[in-house]
Amino acid sequence: MNKLTMVQALNLALRQEMEADDSVIVLGEDVGMDGGVFRVTDDLIHRFGASRVVDTPLAESAIVGMAIGMAAYGLRPVCEIQFSGFAYHNFHQLENHAARLRWRSRGRYPVPMVLRAPYGAGVRALEHHSESREVYWAHTPGLKTVIPSGPRNARALLVSAIRDPDPVVFYEGKALYRAFREAVPEAVETLPIGQPQIAREGSDVTLIAYGAMVRPTLAAAEALDVQEGVKAEVIDLLTLSPLDDRLLVESVRKTGRAVVVHEAPQSFGPGAEIVARLMEGAFFYLEAPIERVTGFDIVVPLFSREKSYLPSVPRIVRAVRRTLDQG
Amino acid sequence: MPHEKIVPDVSITSLAILDAEGKVDKDLEPDIDIQTLLKLYRFMVLARRFDERLVALQRQGRIGTFPPITGQEAAQLGAVAAIRPTDWLVPSFRETAAELWRGRGLDNIIIANNGLNEGGIMPDHSRDFPVSIPVASQIPHAVGLAWAARYRQSDEVVMVFFGDGATSEGDFHEAMNFAAVFQVPVIFVCQNNQWAISIPLSRQTRSETLAQKAVAYGMPGIQVDGNDILAVYAAAEEAVARARSGGGPTFIECVTYRVLMHTTADDPKRYRSDEAVDAWRRKDPLIRFETYLRAKGVLDEAKIAGLQSEIEGEIKAAVDHAEARMKTMGDPMEMFDHQYAAMPPTLRRQKAILERELAADGREVEHE
Ligand SMILES: Cc1ncc(C[n+]2csc(CCOP(=O)(O)OP(=O)(O)O)c2C)c(N)n1
Ligand SMILES: [Mg+2]
Repeated sequence: MNKLTMVQALNLALRQEMEADDSVIVLGEDVGMDGGVFRVTDDLIHRFGASRVVDTPLAESAIVGMAIGMAAYGLRPVCEIQFSGFAYHNFHQLENHAARLRWRSRGRYPVPMVLRAPYGAGVRALEHHSESREVYWAHTPGLKTVIPSGPRNARALLVSAIRDPDPVVFYEGKALYRAFREAVPEAVETLPIGQPQIAREGSDVTLIAYGAMVRPTLAAAEALDVQEGVKAEVIDLLTLSPLDDRLLVESVRKTGRAVVVHEAPQSFGPGAEIVARLMEGAFFYLEAPIERVTGFDIVVPLFSREKSYLPSVPRIVRAVRRTLDQG
Repeated sequence: MPHEKIVPDVSITSLAILDAEGKVDKDLEPDIDIQTLLKLYRFMVLARRFDERLVALQRQGRIGTFPPITGQEAAQLGAVAAIRPTDWLVPSFRETAAELWRGRGLDNIIIANNGLNEGGIMPDHSRDFPVSIPVASQIPHAVGLAWAARYRQSDEVVMVFFGDGATSEGDFHEAMNFAAVFQVPVIFVCQNNQWAISIPLSRQTRSETLAQKAVAYGMPGIQVDGNDILAVYAAAEEAVARARSGGGPTFIECVTYRVLMHTTADDPKRYRSDEAVDAWRRKDPLIRFETYLRAKGVLDEAKIAGLQSEIEGEIKAAVDHAEARMKTMGDPMEMFDHQYAAMPPTLRRQKAILERELAADGREVEHE
């Protein structure tokens, strides 16, 4: 098996889906000749031509609006928004149309499109290039929000997203793009959208994370095991919305303790929903208050301070200890 | 009457005063005093040398990613020189030359490019907006500033900068329409450097010119040779005078070229040939202006050499000063500042949490 970075794994998913299905079209700013600013669409224009890899003018609202029309016609557009910080330009197209055309037309016009965008901090980027605002989309009924945590699941989830009959917002942690390699099989793999996975088994405490925060969360679990023999179970959400909480509830019923980790701001963040689900499903099993390790309710600072902003391994470890110290 | 012609033929003019060799068209030469001419030249040299220095600093890892401006000095300085300090400047992210002219400190720019929020600090009397990265998003703000100035019966005008790519965004079109409908004093300065990262102008629009877009909104639009500082200045001066006297907005398309990379993270070899770039390098706005000033007899070898070394010194001092200042910056708690006029209780609690966490980090490091 080839060891690929997440960029290469996503590129593989796009290439194979485009080979298999000529209704798959890639569009966006700089996705053609430039291969995308992170090179996720590298070489696709040479393989599939400019009619299937479309360099668009600079207008996110039109990119997404056009993708909606293409999808309603029966194509499977995959649009790239260069950075998630520029997806607000296309907010109303997602909220008012992508998420509702199926509903409004009573099933006549599904919108099987994917919106890919890099999100998150940690790569010394400029302002607007480091946000983690996935909750905007998770909050919109009708959209699916998928966030992989590594090359292999990124590839499988992107294939599933392209094949999905509904609009999928696919956020790619830019800190993960080239952070590490994983063996990715050449044969096409898929992963079900809407299903979290256990990334590490354990019995003492449940750690819940997604996207770029899965790695530090796993590192914290490892440190806790090595240093004090604490067995933390780590759950990787993979799909933020629609959130299937059954695995989370089951795990917390077993461990009685939970810590939720995300880099998005804390208030009204994904953690708030996850904690509420756990209160509904596992309240009587809890041994300690649930902890959240998250970004703060502030504009992501410019890059010299982003390390302090982001949840870190020691912050996660200390949160776990706090929950273990209780009860 | 079918097919009656109801809009007269639209004509768009293109203005150049200096030719490619820097020879001036005497009939069109604007009346600019020598002091101002030399100041413009000084800022062109400063902006160019500073840009080169920033690229070098980035390559050495001493600053982060930034967008260079080399080759676009005339488009920026010619335009911004036509407004007063009491007027307003609304930049995008590639207007370092214009910002320097308006008084932004070199050290401030270095600090911002180093990922420190403190680089955004501006003097209280400033009438310049901070850089705006989301393409075209700043253009409607200029309309709002101008509307407010009108409302307060001030004669201030607002100059807003953006690129060719920005003309594809809705915000651009909405702002143009508003400005014309409300007849507010805005000068729209489009730096058509012919690229939006890897996308050439031909992929951005099918219009022959960008200037003609103004016609659809009912405002004057003019194209100028953006590498000819006299042409840019003349067009801007006319637009500013019209705006100030209640004549409404103007759109100026400065045709120039992005001779370097989009940002230091970009590799232009992936999408364009060196030949096209070389052709534009020969139209260097700095050399053309220099030729003009020499012919005019206000600049000579000795003056140029003196100025060059003065500017080298100024840049070196700014880098040293910035690097010294940065040693005193970086307190992580600063990130909680300026979110609101008054810090809400939740944020105060979060700030205390981060303080506690960082202190714990410190203790753990000591422990090891
Ligand atoms: C809304 C938005 N979309 C995408 C980007 C990413 N991006 C930054 S600059 C740029 C190209 C801008 O081209 P242009 O307007 O011609 O300005 P130039 O960079 O040439 O100065 C793009 C696509 C952005 N900053 N904002
Ligand atoms: Mg441009």
